[in-house]
Amino acid sequence: MTPIAVSVIGTIASLALVVVVLELIRSRRLRERYALLWLLTGIVLAVLCAWRDGLNTMAGWVGIRSYPPAVLFAVGILFILAVLLHYSTVISRLSDQNTLLAQRLALLETELSTTSSTR
Amino acid sequence: MPVRRVALVPAFNEEANVGRVIDEIRAVDPMVDIVVVDDGSVDRTADVAREHGATVVRLPFNLGIGGAVQTGFRYAFEQGYDLAVRLDGDGQHDPSQLDRILRPVLADEADIAVGSRFAAAGDGYRSSRSRRVGIRLLAWVVSRIVGRRVTDTTSGFQALNRRAIELFARDYPHDYPEVEATIMVSRHRLRSVEVPVTMRERGGGRSSITALRSVYYMVKVLLAIFVGLFRRNVVPEEGTS
Repeated sequence: MTPIAVSVIGTIASLALVVVVLELIRSRRLRERYALLWLLTGIVLAVLCAWRDGLNTMAGWVGIRSYPPAVLFAVGILFILAVLLHYSTVISRLSDQNTLLAQRLALLETELSTTSSTR
Repeated sequence: MPVRRVALVPAFNEEANVGRVIDEIRAVDPMVDIVVVDDGSVDRTADVAREHGATVVRLPFNLGIGGAVQTGFRYAFEQGYDLAVRLDGDGQHDPSQLDRILRPVLADEADIAVGSRFAAAGDGYRSSRSRRVGIRLLAWVVSRIVGRRVTDTTSGFQALNRRAIELFARDYPHDYPEVEATIMVSRHRLRSVEVPVTMRERGGGRSSITALRSVYYMVKVLLAIFVGLFRRNVVPEEGTS
């Protein structure tokens, strides 16, 4: 069972994360498509903190008896890997678009300079 | 009827060589339009190219060889050229051998012709041992994939007809463009031939590929090849994604 103080502090911190994410969306510094991910993270964390026996229960489901927080670490690491992979795809797409924009810009500039010089 | 043709010259910080390359191309073929793709050079490459009468397409920042070359193909495609040749701005491709790579394309025997340093028997191309092994291995792998003997997988000395220009304008690999493009061409069922050429030494001593570096290069290229094999062939039209 999680100590009550840890549970309270953890829950407050998780809810603070949710509030920060909502504020970032409101001020348009975070797009909705990424916001959903972070909102979910905040909510999951809040539930795990508030539900004081939750970690033990879930560890029991998958058969971990000796050290229940291992479940948390495993899920956390997998989650972070998924987020990083997602960012790699985003970066790849952005750099492709960047290349395309640079090429378009260069071609348009060339076209512009040749048309203005023949006029 | 003369075909509309363009010489594409990718150049990155080649102020010392690009002028000579342009003059030599013009000496061989006075009618060809010459387009220098300046890949974000920080020297006077673009100015020198303009002074020598070339059209300059100046990229706002360095894209690397694949992105620069594709810019040239896009230009050739959009300006409606029937034929394009590609020569590197460092002067290693000798314009006096242009007619060799042009001939199969002009005769409509191939959609793309590639000048190969190794196609001729007993050619005295000198290189380090590790590099030769790497070149052999790469040539072997690519030959197996495309089902045709390819000897020079990294040659940028090429002639292309409209079909090949269109393909490369739409889709061109970034990292090791020539190797991957060879495979792309075969997957798109374009006809491709190798023509023996001799290449000159590069101007500076830039290609200092050590043994360890060549191994690293090989691993990366082979990875790119195998990834490319599983890639979907379909290229989305611009602006759809």
